[in-house]
Amino acid sequence: MKNEWPLWEIFIRSKSGLSHKHVGSLHATDAEMALENARDLYTRRNEGVSLWVVESKHITASDPNDSDPLFEPAKDKIYRHPTFYNVPDEVTHM
Amino acid sequence: MKNYLLQLADNALILGHRLGEWCGHAPEMELDIALTNIALDLTGQARSLYQRVAELEGIGPDGTSKTEDDYAYLRDAWEFRNTLLVEQPNGDFAHTIVRQFIFDTYNYYMCRALTQSKDEWLAGFAVKSLKEITYQLRFSSEWMQRLGDGTEVSHAKMQAAIEELWTYSGELTTPNEMEKEMASKGIGVDLTNIKREVDIKMTEILAASNLTAPADTWMQTGGKDGKHSEHMGFILAEMQFLQRAYPGQEW
Amino acid sequence: MTSLNLEALFQSKIDEETKIEPKDWMPDAYRKTLIRQISQHAHSEIVGMLPEGNWITRAPSLRRKLILLAKVQDEAGHGLYLYSAAETLGANRDDLVQQLLSGKAKYSSIFNYPTLNWADIGAIGWLVDGAAIMNQVMLTRTSYGPYARAMVRICKEESFHQRQGYEIMIAMAKGSPEQKAMAQDAINRWWWPSLMMFGPKDAESSHSDQALKWKIKRKTNDELRQQFVDVTVPQAEYLGLTVPDPDLRWNEEKGSYDFGEIDWEEFWSVVKGNGPCNKQRLQARNKAYEDGAWVREAASAHAAKKEQRKLEPQLATKAA
Repeated sequence: MKNEWPLWEIFIRSKSGLSHKHVGSLHATDAEMALENARDLYTRRNEGVSLWVVESKHITASDPNDSDPLFEPAKDKIYRHPTFYNVPDEVTHM
Repeated sequence: MKNYLLQLADNALILGHRLGEWCGHAPEMELDIALTNIALDLTGQARSLYQRVAELEGIGPDGTSKTEDDYAYLRDAWEFRNTLLVEQPNGDFAHTIVRQFIFDTYNYYMCRALTQSKDEWLAGFAVKSLKEITYQLRFSSEWMQRLGDGTEVSHAKMQAAIEELWTYSGELTTPNEMEKEMASKGIGVDLTNIKREVDIKMTEILAASNLTAPADTWMQTGGKDGKHSEHMGFILAEMQFLQRAYPGQEW
Repeated sequence: MTSLNLEALFQSKIDEETKIEPKDWMPDAYRKTLIRQISQHAHSEIVGMLPEGNWITRAPSLRRKLILLAKVQDEAGHGLYLYSAAETLGANRDDLVQQLLSGKAKYSSIFNYPTLNWADIGAIGWLVDGAAIMNQVMLTRTSYGPYARAMVRICKEESFHQRQGYEIMIAMAKGSPEQKAMAQDAINRWWWPSLMMFGPKDAESSHSDQALKWKIKRKTNDELRQQFVDVTVPQAEYLGLTVPDPDLRWNEEKGSYDFGEIDWEEFWSVVKGNGPCNKQRLQARNKAYEDGAWVREAASAHAAKKEQRKLEPQLATKAA
């Protein structure tokens, strides 16, 4: 009989001051079990100080086919970067 | 003092040994990891305690001092002071969870009380172990509920496991002479004090798990005084095999 | 875009070392090859728990017992990292596990050999994990992102496995005559199966060329095998143990060892299911799966009940 536990995505904050980072997935029946399984599977060597678990079905990912319309337009907006602007060398602290 | 520490150590060692038997055979791979983690915690606790006993024992008349392994591998069953509960076989997963839950509930309140011990080393040991034991109690309590209040099949298996193992629950909170003495010195825990808390927690989780403790159960005792069940000899035969067959070697 | 263009684009990404990620277009055969390879690798980790787990209750000291528990636990962890990587390709873990249990999927043949004395635990860490690491280090640079990331994690954890194994071998090889005999017995039995872990000879390996082109693999079986022999023989010499290969000798000219021919008949026989423990390993995994079915079902049922109970008060309020 097929009775697979749902898939969860796991995110770990490796130390205070850093954001949570995706590390992989695992199976669990509910959020509590997902947290415990994540603790045992992904933090056996002191890898984290905080965990997020999200059931995989709740994640919406962008489609690689949309990469161009989504991300290309940002590439030529060089005026968003500080190096776009000329400031005389003698002006400091800027 | 030494015997008191040995009793704590033996409980941890033998239960850790039983959990180690699951490794590679658990109902789900995530559970292999979880049970092994508990086995690691318990075996680690046993090690600290044996090391402390060796330290207290100091250098013997033959000029050598004992090691942690001397206690684990070179004593016979009657010298082990663990409770009968922890040496019971794994059975099905229901037995393992019920055994774990009964032990964890006792162990949690026991360890919490030990943080107040007048013995500084023991209090420090308890502070460290309490973190592990708190997690263990959470783990087994959740699984009590998942399986007790899961399917009809799981409920029946859990209830059967409780009926079978309940007879070993009383020994945990029934003090023997040595424990009474240690409690009176403020080093050990007065088991009559924690019994109430243990009972309340058990009742709460059993109710949440839709399970019932059998009424009027005869409580088996003896493990703490070295009178074990027949399982103990087999555990030691397996665990001690190499140390007994090839004495005095480094491994 | 036509599939031909897609395929060209895909290959150019591979050629310029851009990792392929789960939702990127990939040829069906690439996906299938990866699922097969990653799941076989995952199965190997899980089945690999059995021969070593066999000695947990007999570990000769508390220190060794803790190490072995942690190591076998890591293997379960590695299995899960890998199943997780396979699932990013659209595979379903339970389907993959079913293929293992039915005997349809393969796993590393090495785990079909028995662990007979305590030195086997040392030999597995030293030789088997040593051989595995050769392969795994290569795979940290594999072209599929989630697989490469899983391998980075695994390699980091795996390095303690080999060292603890070698430490056991040192203790045994420098110990009593009985211990030394155990150590020699272990290397006698594990040496050749370890060399077999790298797979058939390049000339006979059916999947090799395409896997190299797609940079799933980055070295050939024979290259890895040679690398393993070259680093391991001096380690055996340090232990004072004899490698069971009369043809083994240093070849000054090519700067590496020449070694004897693998018994390919044995290799194929074990692959086909006739190794000393093929049946026992599969039986053990099937038993764990079947005995655990009620536990997995109960946990699911309980989670559903809990979810229902969360909803009920809301429904009741709405009704009122």
